[in-house]
Amino acid sequence: MTQHVATPAAAPHHAPPQTFLRKYVFSVDHKVIGKQYLGLALVAVCTGMFLSWLMRLHLAYPEIAIPGLSRLSPNGAPGGVMTPEYYLSLMTMHGTIMVFFVLTTAPFAGFGNFALPLQVGAEDMAFPRINMMSFWVTFVAFVVLIAAFFIPDGPPLSGWTAYAPLSAVGKDAGPGQGGGQTLWAVSIALFCVGQLLGALNFITTTLDLRTKGMSLARLPYATWAWFITSVIGLIAFSVLLPACILLILDRVAGTSFFIPAGLVISDRLQPHSGGSPLLWQHLFWFFGHPEVYIAILPGFGIISQVLPAFARKPLLGPRVFIACLAAIGLLSYTVWGHHMFLSGMNPFSATLFSVPTLIITIPATIVTLLWIGTVYGAKLRFTTAALFCLGFASVFVSGGISGFFLAQPSIDVYLHGTYFVVAHFHFVMGVAAMFGIFAGTYYWFPKMFGRMMNETLGKVHFVLTFIGVYCIFMPMHYLGLHGDVRRYSAFTDEYMKGDMPLHRFITVAALFTGAVQLIFFVNLIYSRFKGPKATDNPWQSTTLEWATTSPPPFDNFGGHPPVVYRGPNDYGTPSAAGDYTPQTTP
Amino acid sequence: MGKLLAALIAVITIVSTAIFVRHTWWMPPDISVHGAGIDHQLGETMLSAGLLFVVSQLVLAFFIWRFADRGDARPIKTFPGGVTPMVVGALVLVGAEVLALTFVGTKVWAGIYQAPPNPNALHIDVQAEQFAFYFRYAGVDGKFGGTHPNLIDDGNGNFFGLDPANDTSARDDIVAASLVIPANQPILLTMHAKDVGHAFYVPELRIQQDFVPGLDIPLQFTATKTGKYEIVCTQLCGLGHYNMRAYLEVKAPDDFAQWLKDQAAQQ
Repeated sequence: MTQHVATPAAAPHHAPPQTFLRKYVFSVDHKVIGKQYLGLALVAVCTGMFLSWLMRLHLAYPEIAIPGLSRLSPNGAPGGVMTPEYYLSLMTMHGTIMVFFVLTTAPFAGFGNFALPLQVGAEDMAFPRINMMSFWVTFVAFVVLIAAFFIPDGPPLSGWTAYAPLSAVGKDAGPGQGGGQTLWAVSIALFCVGQLLGALNFITTTLDLRTKGMSLARLPYATWAWFITSVIGLIAFSVLLPACILLILDRVAGTSFFIPAGLVISDRLQPHSGGSPLLWQHLFWFFGHPEVYIAILPGFGIISQVLPAFARKPLLGPRVFIACLAAIGLLSYTVWGHHMFLSGMNPFSATLFSVPTLIITIPATIVTLLWIGTVYGAKLRFTTAALFCLGFASVFVSGGISGFFLAQPSIDVYLHGTYFVVAHFHFVMGVAAMFGIFAGTYYWFPKMFGRMMNETLGKVHFVLTFIGVYCIFMPMHYLGLHGDVRRYSAFTDEYMKGDMPLHRFITVAALFTGAVQLIFFVNLIYSRFKGPKATDNPWQSTTLEWATTSPPPFDNFGGHPPVVYRGPNDYGTPSAAGDYTPQTTP
Repeated sequence: MGKLLAALIAVITIVSTAIFVRHTWWMPPDISVHGAGIDHQLGETMLSAGLLFVVSQLVLAFFIWRFADRGDARPIKTFPGGVTPMVVGALVLVGAEVLALTFVGTKVWAGIYQAPPNPNALHIDVQAEQFAFYFRYAGVDGKFGGTHPNLIDDGNGNFFGLDPANDTSARDDIVAASLVIPANQPILLTMHAKDVGHAFYVPELRIQQDFVPGLDIPLQFTATKTGKYEIVCTQLCGLGHYNMRAYLEVKAPDDFAQWLKDQAAQQ
């Protein structure tokens, strides 16, 4: 391993900001940018969750008039009763907002920005201005997406996957295929730009700005995860970006990248020829499957760093853990076709995509076993952050198991397009990633704001959320096995009507679990202003962010870059500091 | 707190597994020749993945229960044998499971999607459009007429764009809104989409396939039980997606022959 040595006496990247605008809005400080990303994710997750409430209400009670909804969309919900197309729009926006603006921004861009430079002992990211641009481009992308709710054409409805030609042919294909779909494509293209800039910064910072003694072997596991995620993102977003540009061209410039000849839509023969709908699916899923790992690998890193701190025990097999992350990163580019087993691509390729999909479960299984093995013989301190780590292991197992089914083309024949798939990806990338975000929030909050969060509220929040998510998503497996099709706005006639009681149960669980999140918001706001003052290292952790003040100064270490003498895994052996040894201890 | 979490994990694991084991919600009875292979594969996977699920959750719960910090001077313990046996064990166990599932599963898949066309198969042409399916039978001449997108006119019932004025083989084509098939005879569908992507899914038939605009996709199956089943669209196709249905009617061979005659007389 090479050992990079930064010059401790190097001049600061930039002077401390003087104005409010430069300090809190157009800041180049990675810590502020990290918080901005987390703030954006918070707004996005509230929006996305609210949309899921509306959808669940409609699914359970299709005739229900939702007060105020007709004001939000007079056409989409006349009298407050949702139309089928408005349901699909809410679903499309829910998926897009959650996958892109929550599960990518919070665990990767949010916590990564805040903690990565601190953990490698740098003063800031390698390119602070590019970092600022990355956030603001992402912010504009979010505004563009939300704008789709308020335009006359209405929001898009072709799902977060935006399959062509439905997404490409324009207004002829029905409501939601006008300006809203174009805004969707523009938003996602902008988002790609933002994340590409971020990924470049993460990679460069990890490789070039490590402080003295911080060899790659001594990098904290969260930083390893953000680094590998950046590499995945750099490739994935560089494929989605041109795909979105081609989609925009098909929509506005009359090209036919994704539209074949001879389509008759709304009784009109479409003026296109030569394109391939499967091309969009290949480009989208070449991004889309690695995106799953972009959402979950930072969670892996956070858990692997936070769990040992509360188990008071080193992570089991740290080198195996990093090897598994790398293996997952590499394999993530070989599995995209498992989304397309039934798409009409050559059936021979199904086996080609099925085998790596099944193989990728091996490193994922090993990582989970490492966590369980870390808990063995530990001295667990059940803080809220620790509870979310342990909960992560449980929900990740539950979500991962269903992957064994869907990875097999012969079973996918039956389960594809059903609620079984919805259960799978919500557990594995929705709930698990959210648990990673919560673990990160409860763990780093003292470092971010210099105050502690309330542990009692935190524990109540955890227990109710843990029960809630199982009540929402476990029954979806049963729906899927029974043949309930996803993306249906209602089950009003004979087909699957018998499953309505289960749908209602899920809706009640979703409303309950959503309401429980209020406890988290109260805790967040209360603790931000009234929480007890945090010490520099309240959790007795080893990594560098805990070697500076809470919150850290503008240049992170007050002009004295730390020197690193050991890895981040020294828990459980007596030292001068207690039962752990910080990385800065010689 | 640890004991509460451990108990929660254990209860959730046991209850959700019991619901799977009791088949409280399960697949509808299979009506196809190939479906037994799928059901068997799903059953095997349920068994092996289910074991992995139950064991890992319960072990996690047990460790959480057992290894809390009680503030004593007890030293931490490392996992017995360290990381190597665990990694080797996972590689061997999961690796073996992956290999076994792939070998058996590939055969099942190939039997449905890679089998050569059966010479005795009844050919039916299917057109999916927003938000309906149409089925076309070749008629007495055994030949399908050519299709012309510019002639498609739902208003006068020309869903496929046939040209009976100039195309003799199109004149006796039978078009129906339900898929009516004889039991125990291989069926070969040729699937086209008129406008956007759709999908063909019959849970009882254990079959699913996307329609892709611009492609003609073959799909083979044999139904074994007479009855009426629903065909549903599983590919998001627009506002009416949730309502895009048709019926699959599996008839005894004689009833089917009679139905075909009646249809021909009506067209």
